Amino acid sequence: MRASFFTQKIKVQQEHAGKISHVVRFAGDSGDGIQLQGQQFTVASALAGHDLATMPDFPAEIRAPAGTRYGVSAFQIQFGGDRITTPGDEPDVLIAFNPAALIVNLGHLAPHSMVLVDESAFTEQRLKRADLASNPLEDGTLANHEVVKIDITHLTIEAVKPHGLGNKDAVRCKNFWALGLILWMFDQPREPTQEWIKAKFANNEQIREANLTALNAGHAYGENTEFSQVLAQEHIPEAPLDAVEYRTITGAESLALGIVAAGELADTELMFCSYPITPASSLLHHLTGLQDAGVGTFQAEDEIAAVCSAIGASYAGKLGVTSSSGPGIALKTEALGLAVVTELPLLVVNVQRAGPSTGMPTKTEQSDLYQAVYGRNGDTPLPVVAARSPADCFDTAIEAVSIALRHMTPVILLTDGYIANASELWPIPDFDQYPTIDTCRPDENATGSVFQRNPQTHGRIWASPGDERFVYRVGGIEKDIVSGNISYDADNHQAMTDLRRAKVESVADFIPPQTLDQGLTGGLGVVAWGSTYGTVYQAVKDALNSGLQVGHVHLRHINPLAPNLGELLARFETILVPELNNGQLATLLRDRLNVKVEQLNKVSGQPLTVTEVRAEIQRLASPHMQEVGS
Amino acid sequence: MADLSFKDFATDQEVRWCPGCGDYSILKGVQRALADGGSKPENTVFVSGIGCSSRLPYYINSYGFHTIHGRAPAFATGVKLANPELEVWVITGDGDGLSIGGNHLLHALRRNVNLNVLLFNNEIYGLTKGQYSPTSRPGTVSPTSPDGSVDHPLSPGQFAIGAGATFFARSVDIDQKTMPGLLIEAKEHEGTAFVEILQNCIVYNKDVFDDVAAKKTAVETQIHVQHGQPLLYGKDNGKGLRLNPQSLSLESVVLGEDGVTEDDILVHDETNPTLALLLANLHGPTAMGVILRRKQASFESAYWDARPTERRKKVVELLHTGNLLDRRK
Repeated sequence: MRASFFTQKIKVQQEHAGKISHVVRFAGDSGDGIQLQGQQFTVASALAGHDLATMPDFPAEIRAPAGTRYGVSAFQIQFGGDRITTPGDEPDVLIAFNPAALIVNLGHLAPHSMVLVDESAFTEQRLKRADLASNPLEDGTLANHEVVKIDITHLTIEAVKPHGLGNKDAVRCKNFWALGLILWMFDQPREPTQEWIKAKFANNEQIREANLTALNAGHAYGENTEFSQVLAQEHIPEAPLDAVEYRTITGAESLALGIVAAGELADTELMFCSYPITPASSLLHHLTGLQDAGVGTFQAEDEIAAVCSAIGASYAGKLGVTSSSGPGIALKTEALGLAVVTELPLLVVNVQRAGPSTGMPTKTEQSDLYQAVYGRNGDTPLPVVAARSPADCFDTAIEAVSIALRHMTPVILLTDGYIANASELWPIPDFDQYPTIDTCRPDENATGSVFQRNPQTHGRIWASPGDERFVYRVGGIEKDIVSGNISYDADNHQAMTDLRRAKVESVADFIPPQTLDQGLTGGLGVVAWGSTYGTVYQAVKDALNSGLQVGHVHLRHINPLAPNLGELLARFETILVPELNNGQLATLLRDRLNVKVEQLNKVSGQPLTVTEVRAEIQRLASPHMQEVGS
Repeated sequence: MADLSFKDFATDQEVRWCPGCGDYSILKGVQRALADGGSKPENTVFVSGIGCSSRLPYYINSYGFHTIHGRAPAFATGVKLANPELEVWVITGDGDGLSIGGNHLLHALRRNVNLNVLLFNNEIYGLTKGQYSPTSRPGTVSPTSPDGSVDHPLSPGQFAIGAGATFFARSVDIDQKTMPGLLIEAKEHEGTAFVEILQNCIVYNKDVFDDVAAKKTAVETQIHVQHGQPLLYGKDNGKGLRLNPQSLSLESVVLGEDGVTEDDILVHDETNPTLALLLANLHGPTAMGVILRRKQASFESAYWDARPTERRKKVVELLHTGNLLDRRK
């Protein structure tokens, strides 16, 4: 292998950090198949035994005008032979299909990155389209990077010529040509992509063969040019993986599987009622594909109808589930109050996005925590849990459903746009080891009022129409705590209010104690929730390695908090709460635990970077005296 | 089980409507329809929204769900999807069903969810103390329209037929002779059976339907339509409805006058939505009975015909699919 600037850099990294990982970013027009390239590269990387984390970053426009800056779609992956928990702060390889894709992503790049461009896209017209006065390939813009200019479009057209496609269809094969080259660069297998192409275009031989040819041609180009020293192949070692089966999984897939799994564990059928909204729609799509696994899906006429039909299903004996993002959750709010008051189980998923109002639908944020915990009329508490990563959605969904069925309450599960779309390598859990989920269904000897409640969970009897023992009426008007009849009695309303509070508090009796995810107590505690997990994990790990006394506590349970959390946080000298909002968990912790916390807030629609969190840790933490295990 | 009487469908709850409210007689009519129609309390669900009418589920001995304003059709759709075997009634009013909840009613109707929707139309907001509603006549004086309302009212029948209803019927609160039978027909219809019941709000809109409902004049102001029968009404069926082909409208004619014979009178075809629309919007006389009834598969039957009704795939199997990397050696 010849040493290029690029391969030198890899060697430097290897020596420096004792690991090999890369951050690759694909960027182009929405129509360039960027997300597809990213997904295929992800699969290849996983099958090559690398750990990985990905982040699609696409515009809200479905097919924005070609070549514009706002139309750029990107996909970033970090993969390598070590534990990977984030898609990476800074790409070291950028593949840009046009000038706009180059220019909007340039700022993200690490110094001395490799920039691979489709040279044929840098025409005067397309430079203008990207609002560029001069050609960045020639004007010194890329002086700090290693630029590889390849005429991908024409090489693709040449390669697929034997298949007789029209020019437009031929050009469309360039994403596979580029993918073939990138797969070669990192010595990743082509087979999964070949299988994908064969399945996708099973009924169109011409397109199928042309795409396979393009993929192989890109790969061959790499092999041939290795001798020219332009490019060098790099073999990335496998990650230290456990002796289990792994798969790649996105947050939306994992959440869908978790919901279905919870239904199986509870021996309960599910009705998933939802309304399309970015970035929550993918959950509806995935569950619609799982309808032979005990879930029916219903696309309602609006957000309100979605939650109401889900509650109707819960009233009728199936577990209702609904999902949305912030604006849609706002519309569902009144119905959530009804579910609380009628003591019915319900799962509500909020895939958070950048707000307020419509905000930035395709960008991520964690700014709906207040809405989840506090956002209803009346004293209307309900449990709130949050998933920390794509794969964690599986267990978090099971946990949320367990709470809903055990306590007869709606439960809000928070994820976000990043978690929903990102993917990671997941050691598939041993599902046979999962405990079954208890419900409040009446046993065969039960009789009397459905408002008999379990003294530990305060869950009432979940009787359903069709059962002649429990014919009952319930509604949104305050009801008598014993009989369930309408009651305007003052003492009764106080008692019902106390009951609703006690119910949510009782959830804490059933959740595992909060543990330290990583590191040490005694110094700085980084307390976080949701999708910042991977970033905080890496930043804390780096800080520990550099000798700082820091620990990482990541919360799944937002309301109620784990019962030992106050005691755990008291063991830190300083507490830092990094989050993608203006300090919502920080406020909650101050309110519930009366602790002093430092804030790190970012509300830009982009995830926190490891660099940002690490810098804040360095500012607040002191060196430690203890030995830290790996 | 012995046949149930209408009393078996009453609850121990004190009925709290105003004395003289039309809802009392509707409640009776519903209870009688449940008994006569062979409904079972345990298999029947009454779902309602918010308003005076929506209190009704508390007074029916069946499963009942008093929900939130305007959303009853959405809750009922969820109930029906979860358990299509249940007999589901939706109780709503002109404010609940046509103002705040117009969207849900529209979509229940177009989907043809197998629900029996009873819309109590009193042309006023009762429970919030008398504001004008979307069915109030122009010029209605109310606390929010002291100079008379200027809104154009919505015709519930036109709304329903426009939304693709498969069943539309109309009745009057005090007409206990025909209401129970009509409600049984609604119950037996596959799909959304939409019934408008003209209801007298004795406090805020007293006698607003006197021009239609008053017993003394009912024979002249109402036409009880029956499928396959000529559209005749009035004393001794001396009047009838004729189609004016120039204006495409119905006109009331007197048999024997101007050479009109029974051959000129339209025969009711309840399967014809165009005729149903004309009848729904007719004033003088006002049409009662089953105005539209046509066959179409219900939403939930089509829904469950298209997908498995039981769990076939196990989660273990689903977990181990996709892009797998097997490190178990």
